[in-house]
Amino acid sequence: MKQAELIPHLFRTEYQKIVSVLYKLFGIEHIEIAEDIVSDTFLSASELWGLKGLPENPTAWLYTVAKNKTKDYLKHHSIFTQKIAKEIKYSADTFDETEIDLSVKNINDSQLAMIFTVCHPCNPPEAQTGLALNLLCGFGAGEIANAFLTNKEVIYKRLQRAREKLRTEKIKIEQPALSEIGERLPSVLLTLYLLFNEGYYSSSHDAGLRKDLCLEAMRLTYLLIENEYTNLPAVNALFSLMCFHSSRFEARTGEDGAAILYDDQDTALWNQELIQKGEYYLNLSSRGDQISKYHLEAAIAYWHTHKEDTKEKWENILQLYNQLLQIEYSPIAALNRTFALAKANGKTGAIAEAEKLNLTDHHLYYTLLGNLYTDVDNMKALQHYQKALDLTHSNSDKVIIERNIAHLKI
Amino acid sequence: MKDFLFLFRMNGAPAGSPEEMQAMTKRWMDWIGGIAAQNKLTDRGNRLYPSGKVVKPGNVITDGPYTDIKESIGGYTIVKADSLEEATELAKGCPGLSVGASVEVREIQGM
Repeated sequence: MKQAELIPHLFRTEYQKIVSVLYKLFGIEHIEIAEDIVSDTFLSASELWGLKGLPENPTAWLYTVAKNKTKDYLKHHSIFTQKIAKEIKYSADTFDETEIDLSVKNINDSQLAMIFTVCHPCNPPEAQTGLALNLLCGFGAGEIANAFLTNKEVIYKRLQRAREKLRTEKIKIEQPALSEIGERLPSVLLTLYLLFNEGYYSSSHDAGLRKDLCLEAMRLTYLLIENEYTNLPAVNALFSLMCFHSSRFEARTGEDGAAILYDDQDTALWNQELIQKGEYYLNLSSRGDQISKYHLEAAIAYWHTHKEDTKEKWENILQLYNQLLQIEYSPIAALNRTFALAKANGKTGAIAEAEKLNLTDHHLYYTLLGNLYTDVDNMKALQHYQKALDLTHSNSDKVIIERNIAHLKI
Repeated sequence: MKDFLFLFRMNGAPAGSPEEMQAMTKRWMDWIGGIAAQNKLTDRGNRLYPSGKVVKPGNVITDGPYTDIKESIGGYTIVKADSLEEATELAKGCPGLSVGASVEVREIQGM
């Protein structure tokens, strides 16, 4: 790897590792100090490596410099020594750089502890996802704003508020006790799920950024799998779901960046390795006797890795949606369930059910009705598609709806 | 939205071939799934075992109700609706109706 590529690459992977260890060392009150030290480390690296060339082991170099800078910080800030260092159990006199433990195990433990801190239910879910990107993935307010399709100022304020909340609530950076994991895990899984979905379904045009979001969500979920206490069935199910979805990354976007719908995808581009991983973790998730929404969504995604339309496939998908809706209603699940109903039981019954859904402010509701009425009553199909066009703001959705209209035999 | 209780009364124990039973389960799941898809399911509820005890005044305890007695309660579900009429409309889709079961629809009066 060339030096120009190496530094950004190291920044992504190592920044997060070092900063997590330092976050844990300094505590939630002083996470900015941790961030300053690590940023400063990377600044030194880019300056020095530019002049003298790369060190033999860049990662080890970064760790040593980060340790020294931390040590210097503690030594030179008398206020810190007097007031804060006590809280973090270190003082400048006894402080030894070896106490900053940058071993793989401590890095993983620190990142896991940070996941639980960031996903603390004292912040609302949308703040948690932003905070996760910021503190666990090293994304800046600008990047997060791009991903969430909002402006930087809004995100910046949201992040500040969420950080402040963690401070005022004095949330510790530590892995919860074994007895608390069951209680804290749902909010962690929901945040990782939303983070992945933000990347997968966002209408942001920055495909690279969207993929990064998904990969980060997977990396964080995998951290939970690697720890024996958090490697629980619902975590396996969520990871399985992410594997199945991401197996279609290459197939779902055309060269021009436009979305390619499931039916039109080239299955040769589906990533078989990820599909197999998804199957592996779906099997693992079946131990235990609780079915989470992640189990059901992963099982639905599993059936979608079979491109062929079979009675068995749609009957299974329909029953999974029936169960999913009993656990948690969402308009999208209701619409998808009705689509599966049409495939499994026929269009006539599905049209009657669709008309009861009453989701008249969603363009997807009219897209579904347009689809169901196609070849049953094409005039009605056209009317529904036109309503869908009126309701959507997304250009890629408009293109798809117009294509459907063009295919109607009127 | 108010909550309504569906009480399913069976006319004897369910009978039929395994295929028929399976087909009935699917219709039942599709019906409940359809109510859930309208965001009108409060509690999927449960089925009840046919046997039990009945406690009456004066410490009189009897076995029962028996499934051979018509109209024993086989299960319950709680739905959301704006009115008794709307809840009744939902109940009309119950697949048990085709095999002699009935659905009693009652508004739940909050404590």
